Amino acid sequence: MSTVSAASILETQEPSIRDFDVNRIRRDFPILHQTVNGKPLVYLDNAATSQKPQKVLDTLERVYREYNSNIHRGVHTLSQTATTEYEKVREKVRSFINARSEREIIFLRNTTEAINLVAKCYGPANLKAGDEILITTMEHHSNIVPWQLLCEQTGAVLKIAPINDAGELMLDDYEKLLNEKTKFVSMAHVSNALGTINPVRQIVDLAHACGAKIMLDGAQAAPHLAINVRDLDCDFYTVTGHKMFAPTGIGILFGKHDLLEEMPPYQGGGEMILSVTFEKTVYNKVPHKFEAGTPHIAGAIGLGAAAQYISAIGLDSIASHEHDLLAYGTEKLQEIPGLTLIGTAGNKAAIMSFTLEGVHPHDVGTILDLEGIAVRTGHHCAQPTMERFGITATTRASLALYNTKQDIDALVMGVRKVIEVFG
Amino acid sequence: MDLRELYQELILDHNRNPRNRRHLEKASRIAMGYNPLCGDKVTIELLLDSQGSILDIAFEGSGCAISTASASLMTEAVKGKTPKQIEAIFEKFHSEVTDQPCPKHQDVELGKLVALIGVKKYPARVKCATLAWHTLKAALDQVGETVTTE
Repeated sequence: MSTVSAASILETQEPSIRDFDVNRIRRDFPILHQTVNGKPLVYLDNAATSQKPQKVLDTLERVYREYNSNIHRGVHTLSQTATTEYEKVREKVRSFINARSEREIIFLRNTTEAINLVAKCYGPANLKAGDEILITTMEHHSNIVPWQLLCEQTGAVLKIAPINDAGELMLDDYEKLLNEKTKFVSMAHVSNALGTINPVRQIVDLAHACGAKIMLDGAQAAPHLAINVRDLDCDFYTVTGHKMFAPTGIGILFGKHDLLEEMPPYQGGGEMILSVTFEKTVYNKVPHKFEAGTPHIAGAIGLGAAAQYISAIGLDSIASHEHDLLAYGTEKLQEIPGLTLIGTAGNKAAIMSFTLEGVHPHDVGTILDLEGIAVRTGHHCAQPTMERFGITATTRASLALYNTKQDIDALVMGVRKVIEVFG
Repeated sequence: MDLRELYQELILDHNRNPRNRRHLEKASRIAMGYNPLCGDKVTIELLLDSQGSILDIAFEGSGCAISTASASLMTEAVKGKTPKQIEAIFEKFHSEVTDQPCPKHQDVELGKLVALIGVKKYPARVKCATLAWHTLKAALDQVGETVTTE
C-alpha cells in the first residue's frame, strides 16, 4: 500500500508513550537527586510510599504561606480560600476515579482508615451472626483485621478466597465461596506484596450477583493504573495519597451515595453535624457526616495537585513505562541464581518481590542500602500471603513512574553483591 | 560505610554454621522470642545446674545473618556462666550495640561478641542482634510467654 491514512499513523505512533520522558519526570522529584551512603539514591520502595513532585511541594508551601486557615464556616477571606481549594479537590478526586458525584468522596487519613470506617459504619447494621465476609489470601493486614473485628462484634464469619502459585486469585474458588450468606467482599485492587492486579470488574459482578456489597482497596492501584469506579460498579473504593505522590495523612474513601446516606457517622465532632443540642444532634450531609474534626487541609490540597500531576502525564503512559521496567526487571532478576520471584501473575503492577536462597531479606536490604538502593524487606504487612508461599519475608522492589532501567541495573548489581558476601 | 564492618567474617561464619543450633533433650528452661518487625523467631533452651548456672544451651529458629550469628555467638559466650555474669555481659553488649556508655561493666570482656558491635550504625538492625539475648533473659527469669523485641 502506497498511502497511509493520517489516522493509522496516529495509531501506530502511540504519542503519549513517546512523549513520556523519564529524565524530565525525574527532575520533578527533588529528593531523587541525592547520594545515600555515598551512592546515588535508587528509590525502589514506592509501594511503601512514593516521593513527591515539586508541584506538590510547592502546593503545600503555598497553602501554609498564603491562605492557611481552617475550612468551612469561616467568614474571613483566608478561610474561604482554604475552603474553596479544599473542596475543589473533592471534584478533582471525583474525576480522577470517575465517581458520579463529589459527595461520594470522603477525605480520611489513608486506606486503613477507610476500610475501618466501612467495617465500623456499614458492617454492624448489615451483618448478623452467620453471615460471611469474603477476603483473599493476598490482603494487607489493614484489609484483614478490621473485618476480624467486625466478625467478633457481629458473629459473622471471615472467608478467604485462595490464590495460586503465581499469586493470582483463584476465580473459580472465589465464585464457589460466594453464596447467599456472603454479605460483604473486600479485596485489594493490586496486591502490595505480590503486585497482582485483580480482575476487579469480574470480581465485582460476581459479588453483586450473589447480593454482596464489595469494597476495593486501591492503595497500590492509584499511582499505576486508571481507576473508574463507575465502570467497576464497586460499592466502596479507597485510595491513599502518599502512595500517589501526595503527602502522608490524606486518603479518600469512595462510597456509593445511597450506601453512605444510610450509614451512621464514623466519629463524632465538629463539621459532621448540622446542629447540636444536648437533647439531639442532627448529622451533616454526606460526605461531611464522615469528616469530624479539622482535616489535613494542606494534605488534601496536595492530593489534588498530585492527582493533577498524574493526570497530566497520563496513567496510560505511566502504566506503559512501568510495564516495560517490570518486564526488564523480571528478566534480569530471573537470571540471578538462587533468586525466586514471589508473585508472577500474568497481570501485574511493577512490584518485584523475591527471595534469595540462603540469605535473609533483611541482610539483602541492608547490603542494598549500603549501595544506595532503598527496597522493603519483611512481610509487607501481609503475613498470610507470606505463609501461602511458605516464607516469612521477601525483598520487595516496587517501581514508580520516575524509575529507570539504570535503577533496575543497580538493583541487579546490588543483589549480585549480596550473593558475593554470602556466597 | 563498609559492609564488611557489619558482615564480618566471624558473623558470616556463625550464620553459615551456627553453633548449638539444636534441640536440648533435657531442657530445664525454654523461652521463645519473636521480632514482629521482621518475623524472626528464636527458641532458647537451657539446662541449668542447681546454682542456676548454664550447663548447656541450644537455640532454634529462623532469622537474618545478624540474628542467627548473634544467637550462635551468645550460646558460646554464656555457657558455664552464672545468671549474674550473663546479666553483666548482656548489659555491656546491649550498651555497645545501642551505642550507649556502660560505666557499670567496664571490666566485662565481650570476647567474640565484639564482632556484632558494627550493628550500632544500623539502628534498624539492633533488634536482630538482641533478640536471642532478650529471649535468654526471659528463659533465665522464667517468663512464660513469648518475648518480643517491641
